Amino acid sequence: MQTHKAEKSSSHQARIKEGGEEKYHQKNTAKGKLFVRDRLKELFDDDMELEDGLFANCLDHTLPADGVVTGIGRIHGNTVCVMANDSTVKAGSWGAKTVEKIVRIQETAAKLNVPMLYLVDSAGARITDQVEMFPGRRGAGRIFHNQIKLSGRVPQICLLFGPSAAGGAYIPAFCDIVVMVAGNASMYLGSPRMAEKVIGEKVTLEEMGGAAMHCTVSGCGDVLADSEKEAIEFARDYLRYFPENYQGQPPKTEALPPKTSEKTIGQLIPENQNAPFDMYELIDHIIDEDSFCEIKRLFATELITGFARMDGEVIGIIANQPKSKGGVLFPDSADKAAKFIQLCDAFHIPLLFLADIPGFMIGTKVERAGIIRHGAKMLAAMSEATVPKISVVIRKAYGAGLYAMAGPAFEPDCTLALPSAQIAVMGPEAAVNAVYANKIAELPEDERLSFIRDKQEEYKKNIDIYRLASEMVVDAVIEPDRLRRELITRFAFYRSKRLQFTERKHGVYPV
Amino acid sequence: MTEIHAAMAGSVWKIIAEKGKTIKSGEDIAILESMKMEIPISSTTDGILKEWKVAEGDFVDDGDVIAVIE
Repeated sequence: MQTHKAEKSSSHQARIKEGGEEKYHQKNTAKGKLFVRDRLKELFDDDMELEDGLFANCLDHTLPADGVVTGIGRIHGNTVCVMANDSTVKAGSWGAKTVEKIVRIQETAAKLNVPMLYLVDSAGARITDQVEMFPGRRGAGRIFHNQIKLSGRVPQICLLFGPSAAGGAYIPAFCDIVVMVAGNASMYLGSPRMAEKVIGEKVTLEEMGGAAMHCTVSGCGDVLADSEKEAIEFARDYLRYFPENYQGQPPKTEALPPKTSEKTIGQLIPENQNAPFDMYELIDHIIDEDSFCEIKRLFATELITGFARMDGEVIGIIANQPKSKGGVLFPDSADKAAKFIQLCDAFHIPLLFLADIPGFMIGTKVERAGIIRHGAKMLAAMSEATVPKISVVIRKAYGAGLYAMAGPAFEPDCTLALPSAQIAVMGPEAAVNAVYANKIAELPEDERLSFIRDKQEEYKKNIDIYRLASEMVVDAVIEPDRLRRELITRFAFYRSKRLQFTERKHGVYPV
Repeated sequence: MTEIHAAMAGSVWKIIAEKGKTIKSGEDIAILESMKMEIPISSTTDGILKEWKVAEGDFVDDGDVIAVIE
């Protein structure tokens, strides 16, 4: 009898592990999608080692594992919890047991204090189960509640392989990072069919909620991957920069020299303050070779954010990119910075600000978009970050741009400047125009140019970087070729920094 | 036919490429001046510069069409 029961159990298991009907497997394969259990094999060092809830809804043969796989495995030897939708089972939709399984694995991640990964490929709520899975205490809302609780405690990563529809779209929204597979991943509250019916809009899924759109326009996606394997590889690589939880420290690896380059930092930076240059090349000079893990590369490109290593130690870089929109901050780039800074601060990743910023954008369009409150959000995140933070003024830091890039008033551990740096309320051209506009207009035309030039020179002397160093606005002026060494030394000393920002329940965020 | 758009609000400082010229994707065709910075506008496609929609000194808003490449 025992043997018979054991046989029954193992045939049950085998059947459940096959997922849904063959035709759905074929459909997925045609789209370049892996079966959920194959995704997990790719993700973990040695497959998923522990699974719970395999028998969920096992009496209904149409719902293997109730459409979601939950369990524990290892990535780089570290424990990681995972939930992974099976889109061969009712399109990965959420039934009552699906939701309960997701909630339970989140609770496990919280108890074990380990990262939580969400491999999402789901059509959303299973309407037939709505009373059991939607409104109650352990309904789908609890998934998001748990995510919000886990946020900043353990890393949360979303790999989006297919749709993430309606309420389900909030899973990626509450993760630290969202990797989307081009062509297959999508996020939306209402499908194109619903949009047409309810508001009369005719639009394709890709236009409205596709991976490319979210990674370039909305900012809901952080990384656009060409394939599922690439997305999984990114997640594994990303976790190399993180501790298992907020109590740990980011793992150190072997130190590497920076990438070799034909140009020196000094040669990269144009004499002309207004001419663009490529900040990526400067970053290459100061970080360990091939250590840059960029976040939101395609979104708000005027600001670069990413993890890197210096001398084997993890840092987070926030750098203005003069090559894109002059490196001016916009609402989206301020938003991008705010989240990245919070992410680094939560997991003890020191921050390096590389400033070459003309300021925040002005004009009707950005004012209407609320640039002031978005900028305030970036300032608040930067200000509250208690990890070691170093600000380097590469070329210019004007106006509120200085503040946003961890200016001296925001308690960075130091403010460094290259000899090319200019720090001021505004640049010489704008300042002379602002102060002497009337006077210039009164002058005879042939005297105007020389007057403007003289006043600009006078202004430049006034904001000369050595004058600011003499006033101790900057802590040191660094020769460009010594920048990497200087940063490594300083970050090493600042590592023991422990700070509580202020005593209170929490701030009221300017969102 | 591909429209080339302004990346941000500003004024057209310099037009680099002449009408009728063969353009490569990524090639700078004009420079805007905005926030006292030079903002190069590059083509997003290979083709022939068919038409300029702006002249030097014009104000352009974020997203305005600057030129057409065919």
